[in-house]
Amino acid sequence: MREGINIFEEDFWAITDILNRLLQGTNARTILLIDKAGQLITSAGDTAKIDVSSFATLSAADFAATSQLAALIGEKEFSTLFHQGEKENLYVCLVADRVILAVIFDQRTTLGLVRVKAKNSAGELEKIFTDIFNKLEQTGPKKGLDIDFTKAAEEELDKLFGF
Amino acid sequence: MALINYASREINSKIVYYGPGLGGKTTNIKYIYTKLNPEIKGRLISLATELDRTLFFDFLPVDLGTIRGFKTRFHLYTVPGQVFYNASRKLILKGADGIVFVADSQIERYDENIESFENMNDNLQTYNLTLDRVPLIIQYNKRDLPNITSVEELQKVLNPQNKFPFFESVACQGIGVFETLKEVCKRVLMTLG
Repeated sequence: MREGINIFEEDFWAITDILNRLLQGTNARTILLIDKAGQLITSAGDTAKIDVSSFATLSAADFAATSQLAALIGEKEFSTLFHQGEKENLYVCLVADRVILAVIFDQRTTLGLVRVKAKNSAGELEKIFTDIFNKLEQTGPKKGLDIDFTKAAEEELDKLFGF
Repeated sequence: MALINYASREINSKIVYYGPGLGGKTTNIKYIYTKLNPEIKGRLISLATELDRTLFFDFLPVDLGTIRGFKTRFHLYTVPGQVFYNASRKLILKGADGIVFVADSQIERYDENIESFENMNDNLQTYNLTLDRVPLIIQYNKRDLPNITSVEELQKVLNPQNKFPFFESVACQGIGVFETLKEVCKRVLMTLG
């Protein structure tokens, strides 16, 4: 199985639309869509006060560790996670087996509402990601990068690391 | 593998530092963190034990800048080297675009290097990956110590066909650290272009 994800315009805007609707429908603070390897795909809502790279990595690690716990007690996976804080809460669920939907919310909404709406959105997202993965399975990741990309990258690496 | 977002023009890649416990993986990442400009690095996250041994992973995001219109970012991870943390190692290896194997050059760690290298191959296989598909750089660390195995000897067991680029290093002094990082970044980007 290939693990890469290539997202093109049409899919990206469809995904963003689903996340924005979920954000409005739940009154959540922030929604993040993360791949299982810990990379942020996109987000909706307020991300100004969050280190999103770290958040994405730790969410994926949290989910991965919890999946292993599930396996140890004979479950295939725990498909949702919930972390409750004093003010902020985190609800996490899996989309199409490879993508993690994380909803950060506070007292302006309820876990029940987040859970129901997130489940609906996960269903919509699943269709999009299943299409994306099917396309990748059939064609492999599209080599859509500029032909000079590697050369330009090398120059950038030289500058960055001071060689 | 890499996440390429053509809509937001972003490329995210994952580089994993692998190797035996106390070999210098975290030291590499910490040195990189201390030397990079604040505007291109994110927060260094270490999930470590009270004794500063890596429990789950270390994580450092590095922004390479915008290349041909794509904002290019590398996520650097280390795995816990201690043998009994294999479940964590396997999880971190998921989705790796490039690997740096940090070998400990000390004579008494010779066997641990081989064991860790084999363990890396086994864990890659669980994701149907091989080192033919994931770029690997070997770093022979701790070259300043007196009781070390020669590079030739280490090459014989870890890199017998000389397939993988290798560097000698003293990670705690920064020697070889950026050379290794640059090479793995370059090879990862070559697989994308």
